[in-house]
Amino acid sequence: MSEFFTVASLVFVVGSGIRLATPFLLAGLGETIGQRSGVLNLGVDGVMLLGAFGAYWTILETRNPVAGILVGIAVGLVMGLVYGVITVSLRAEQGISGIGIFLFGLGISDLLFQKKVGTPIPIRGFGDLHIPLLADIPKVGEMFFQHSVLVYIAFLLVPVVAFLLNRTTFGLNVRAVGENPAAADSLGVSVVRVRYTTVLLANGLAGLAGAVLAAELGIFQQNLTNGQGFIAIALVYFGAWRPMGVMAGALLFGMVSATVLQWKTLGLVSGAASSLTAMAPAVLTILALVVISRTVGQPAALTRPFDRGH
Amino acid sequence: MLLALGANPLEGYQALLEGAFGDVDALADTALKSMPLLLVGIGICIAFRASVINIGGEGQMIAGAIVSTLVALNCGELPRLVLVPLVLAGGLAGGAIWGAIPGALKAYSGVNEILSTIMLNIVAVQLMNFLLRDLIMDPYEKEHGRLPQTQRLSENSDLPLLPGGTRLHIGVLVAVGMAVLAYVLLWRTSLGYRLRAVGHSNAASRYAGMPVKRTIVAALTLSGAMCGLAGAILVFGSESHRFVTDGSSVGFTGSAGFNGIVTALFGGLHPLWTIPSSFFFGGLQFGANAMQRAVQVPAALVVALNGLVVIFVVSSDRLRRAVSESWGQGRAIGRERVAGRSGGTALAEPQEMDCDL
Amino acid sequence: MQARKYRKVVGLGAMLAVLGLLAGACGSDAEGASGDDGFRIAIVAPSASNDLAFSQSIVDGVNALTGVSAVDITDGTFIVDDAAAAIRAYAEEGYDLVIGHGSQYGGSLQEIAADFPDVAFAWGTSADTFGLPNVSAYTAASDQGGYVMGTMAASMTSTGIIGVIGPIAVGDAKLYVDGFVNGATATVSGITVNVNYIESFSDVALAAEAAQGHVANGADILTGTAQMVVGATGVAAEHGAKWFGTQSNQTALGADIVVASQVYKWEVVLQDLVDGIKKGDLGGESHTITLENGGLLIEFNDGVDAGHAKTIGEAAIKRISAGLLGTGS
Repeated sequence: MSEFFTVASLVFVVGSGIRLATPFLLAGLGETIGQRSGVLNLGVDGVMLLGAFGAYWTILETRNPVAGILVGIAVGLVMGLVYGVITVSLRAEQGISGIGIFLFGLGISDLLFQKKVGTPIPIRGFGDLHIPLLADIPKVGEMFFQHSVLVYIAFLLVPVVAFLLNRTTFGLNVRAVGENPAAADSLGVSVVRVRYTTVLLANGLAGLAGAVLAAELGIFQQNLTNGQGFIAIALVYFGAWRPMGVMAGALLFGMVSATVLQWKTLGLVSGAASSLTAMAPAVLTILALVVISRTVGQPAALTRPFDRGH
Repeated sequence: MLLALGANPLEGYQALLEGAFGDVDALADTALKSMPLLLVGIGICIAFRASVINIGGEGQMIAGAIVSTLVALNCGELPRLVLVPLVLAGGLAGGAIWGAIPGALKAYSGVNEILSTIMLNIVAVQLMNFLLRDLIMDPYEKEHGRLPQTQRLSENSDLPLLPGGTRLHIGVLVAVGMAVLAYVLLWRTSLGYRLRAVGHSNAASRYAGMPVKRTIVAALTLSGAMCGLAGAILVFGSESHRFVTDGSSVGFTGSAGFNGIVTALFGGLHPLWTIPSSFFFGGLQFGANAMQRAVQVPAALVVALNGLVVIFVVSSDRLRRAVSESWGQGRAIGRERVAGRSGGTALAEPQEMDCDL
Repeated sequence: MQARKYRKVVGLGAMLAVLGLLAGACGSDAEGASGDDGFRIAIVAPSASNDLAFSQSIVDGVNALTGVSAVDITDGTFIVDDAAAAIRAYAEEGYDLVIGHGSQYGGSLQEIAADFPDVAFAWGTSADTFGLPNVSAYTAASDQGGYVMGTMAASMTSTGIIGVIGPIAVGDAKLYVDGFVNGATATVSGITVNVNYIESFSDVALAAEAAQGHVANGADILTGTAQMVVGATGVAAEHGAKWFGTQSNQTALGADIVVASQVYKWEVVLQDLVDGIKKGDLGGESHTITLENGGLLIEFNDGVDAGHAKTIGEAAIKRISAGLLGTGS
């Protein structure tokens, strides 16, 4: 275990943790926006998969990572429109239609991959971006300032989303719609318009998260996300619907996963025992939640479709 | 969709239908494929009717498989008449525990069940991997190939085959039996009444003096038990009669934990209608492999189809209303209604509640 | 509510009936058409047949056989029960040889083969035939190629750290990794070889993460086995780490980083098996492909200059083939 606690090793873990947290963070931020307006999106994982495939295929064909990311976002926005129609206009049950989107995304991404690509050919994503001056700080520089540009964007989005939700009129409307849509409606706020916007944002971010995942891993595969989208949803609850909280949750999850990975790489755990350590992130998340035990904070109108005239 | 993929849709669907329903063996295999869908679906019916979202089907199936395997490993000498029900009971127990945990967390600690069930899915997979890699690994394998599987489980625990020369085993009958039991539970017992009541409105139920917390735990426990039973049947009805893993959750469950939700939904959250629904989806899944061989369209198409089915069903007006009635839509409304109502009547069909706000 | 449900089910039943009639009307074109005079092989594999690794190797091998009239493949069956159903279905349809290509299929194969004593089965990768006369087992002495790769990797590394990504420590995967580690440590002292078994045959993302972990710890050469390695090769390419491949020629995964691949030529043992079946010998033995019998072939990528490592590697190949060098497991 002494090999793990060397400075070099710990530096790697922190850096890896930040990197691993990124897709969770992006998807979680999107889900936060959506849930604050009262819309639960359980299909995040499916949208991530579609975004990941879109990005992967684009980069494979065009060798342009930026194009790939943009396609991933676009795919997310399209799915957002679909989900908006289902939940806002048709007022369908959100939890279950979310699962439908998940299954759809899982199947279509796999189908398209097998038909259009076949053999998994690796792609090149973004390289690491060293921020001048800051990156050269020993240790700290390696941990924080030598990541891919996508990681920086993700973390910069945290204050942006927080600002959006807390300090803009739009954010006010979002929160109002999420707490009491009828009251918001009577004050002239278009619940439909607000929810469509948040759903578009949420799914766009989910698509981006998938694209980032594909770009970082440099590959695509059936069920690439392996449930990460669902974990991102869980992190929203963990973070009490606040962007900073979601970031904290994502980092916790990422750090624990990175620690477990490092143990495995260094050969500190192997064989059967490694399965036990692989449980660690999940167990810790549950424990943390029980301890924090949040029952407050859930947007009151979460999962309830809005029916004007009732 | 098939056309877009360059395949002949008629040929494709023909292969799928023939593969799934073409002859007696195919029907039997389809029935086998439907079994976990049916059981998970029944569990979902129970949970969703109590307004509890159970996405932990995958983990609960694995937990049931683990406990039932432990039973078989330790009590293998018992005669078949005793051992088979015992391992199935083990499956129920394992799944029940795995459902009770998030249930209790929700009822007593306020932890959202979406979160806890997802996390427990992960824990279950790793627990399975650990056990099969270590404690319950086949002793032969420990010396030789180190395949993550148990020994060939006691023959007395093999699920008896049904007459007819197919691979159909009693697991299918057990599942159908559970569907009937679930129907009876939900509409003919007081527990079922409480489950549905809590589903309509937490506040109203509490006002009526019902033990809401215990009911929530019961909902997830029963739901988990059904999934656990499915996991047990998968192990003891399998070809290999061993518990084997490839490291992933879906490698064992075949995503039944999620597809079961689709099945239940298509059956209108009614245990009895879930039976034909599961047969339909089981046929889709099983026939998809035949379709893949015939027209080279990947079986993943069926997964996507499942998703579309869900979306269309949920969007369709009738079902939407039926489902949302048993959902939280009544919750805040119920709070206001309760003030003007006495105990029992707060639980009438909430159709009339729709227009109150 | 009951009336609504009833209508829905009737509608569903009607739909099914119509489709069923359609299917029947189009005439039944029986799958597995009679091929009494041809030798038909069926393969069941856990990942895609073009995965440039495990499953690809058996497909390539079977396609290289002579005297075979038809090859049918069910791939991507990582769910053991689905694979078992496929194996049984092929046996029932009268295929001459049914190959279960996956260690996890063993238990199922054991049960099915006993039910079909007139059908020949083959199981890989393994050395166990369950004592059944109609089951053959095939495996690869991948530790040999692993050793060779290890010697080359050790002579090429400039950081002295090498990373290995494995699936589950089982079958030919374990052999390969053990051989590799032995080869590397025997060639250059003080080398660190970090091994990470990700405990899954299929999780590509996890393999990629494992590779990231190795690179972060200073590895400049990576290797790995099983169908999920495509995740690792991508990461290797991104960081310029060299790659040693196994099971199939993996140059396509990274033309400028793959140094060499140990290619499985299953046809070397399968041809004998096929010929034997035609004469009535359904199996019962285990077969191994080795450097010696040509079943294992080290293919170098001309696009990457391996320098003196190539010489060392070729020397090792010669010595192992001649039986002069053990792989030390």
